[in-house]
Amino acid sequence: MMKVFVDEDKCCGAGSCVLAAPDVFDQRDEDGVVVLLDPEPAEHLRAAVREAADVCPAAAITLGERA
Amino acid sequence: MTSPGEVLVVGASAAGLATAEALRRKGYTGGLTLLGDEPHPPYDRPPLSKQVLAGAWGPERARLRGDEVLEALGARFVLGDRAVALDLGDRAVTTASGLTLRADAVVLATGVRPRTLPDQHGLAGVHVLRTLDDALALRADLLRPRPAGGTRFVVVGDGVLGAEVAATARTLGLDVTLAGPQAAPLAAQLGPLVAGLLADLHAERGVRLRLGAAVLGLTSAAGRVTGVRLEGGEELPADVVLVALGATPNTEWLEGSGLTLDNGVVCDARCRAADGVYAAGDVARWRHEPLGASVRLENRTNATEQAAAVADNVLGANRAYAPVPYFWTDQFDARLQVHGTPTDEADVVAGEPAARRFVVTHRRAGETVGVLGWNMPKQARQHRQELLGPRLLMGGAR
Repeated sequence: MMKVFVDEDKCCGAGSCVLAAPDVFDQRDEDGVVVLLDPEPAEHLRAAVREAADVCPAAAITLGERA
Repeated sequence: MTSPGEVLVVGASAAGLATAEALRRKGYTGGLTLLGDEPHPPYDRPPLSKQVLAGAWGPERARLRGDEVLEALGARFVLGDRAVALDLGDRAVTTASGLTLRADAVVLATGVRPRTLPDQHGLAGVHVLRTLDDALALRADLLRPRPAGGTRFVVVGDGVLGAEVAATARTLGLDVTLAGPQAAPLAAQLGPLVAGLLADLHAERGVRLRLGAAVLGLTSAAGRVTGVRLEGGEELPADVVLVALGATPNTEWLEGSGLTLDNGVVCDARCRAADGVYAAGDVARWRHEPLGASVRLENRTNATEQAAAVADNVLGANRAYAPVPYFWTDQFDARLQVHGTPTDEADVVAGEPAARRFVVTHRRAGETVGVLGWNMPKQARQHRQELLGPRLLMGGAR
């Protein structure tokens, strides 16, 4: 299963992840920093989450796998 | 061409890496080479003027990807070697070390380099900031102990980079002067209302603003800079100077190749410069169809988004690239998010400028063409849907 990690300190608040995968990412109302809605997203979200990690302009999202 | 067997990406920074990643994400399994002139693995440039210059992050933390992720990409990285020529017919790139790299598709992502003042070369104490090495050298020079009082630092250039560096250096406790020709920092990028608030912020935090005067050159003694000369005769004394006067596309190596070069590599709406040759990122000028203009965007998100469009087209998609321009800048405690193109007409649509937390929308001829957030990143993003109507957004919602 896919596992998602976010680095709040690196996040620049662009919101690119929310546009790519709105079921998995949101932004805090107060400062725009990424909110991880679902750290272990379902298989059908894999492509969108990978795109979110790739397009993050601050390289704040990393992906791993969990057996 | 629907499925190339070999792709060469010239440039191993944000746009080059993003092209490689997008190709793999979209199912490309062929050969993939990235050629980069810097010796470092791909790193991110926005933190250089902030976290890296401040010393909050070491160089490792600015890396775009760890070793494992780069390895999983299945790409060959040729680093510390520079492209010197492109043979368009053969799609072959020659490097400074004498390599010849041939491919079915070539993606040009060689970026830009800082503009300089004519008299700065060879002068100690004068810096530019584009690379990791530039940032580390500037930091070392700023923090060098100096006998008489503190370090007097003058930033030449009132754009994004100059203003960010001024803020970072001031936060480090230095004596900072920001000089440039505009009425306020980033006036061209933010419009007068927000640029004025930004000038107030810098002044409050102790940055000396010497705006509205062109910089003519530098003064020096014994091979080291001593000051900055302004139009009108004033001289700003300086121990260290950053020249942040914008950037020039790295296209000299393509002269005589047959490609059209005009302040960037000129491309069609599909980011194609010639048959099988594409450009992405800071170096690419392309036809933005909904805007009806030929544009070149020097911002971080464009590097990634354009790379994704190029990857699609390398794989045969025939996709026009029409993004909403976007950049952000962090200065002191202000985080600004700019979608589209700000103008002189600004309406506050959320929050309060006096509270330094607000969103404004910008209009031109009655249409919303820009959205700007100050410490309201999420709310600004939510307003971007108003930009230029659905025609533009359909082409470039990301």
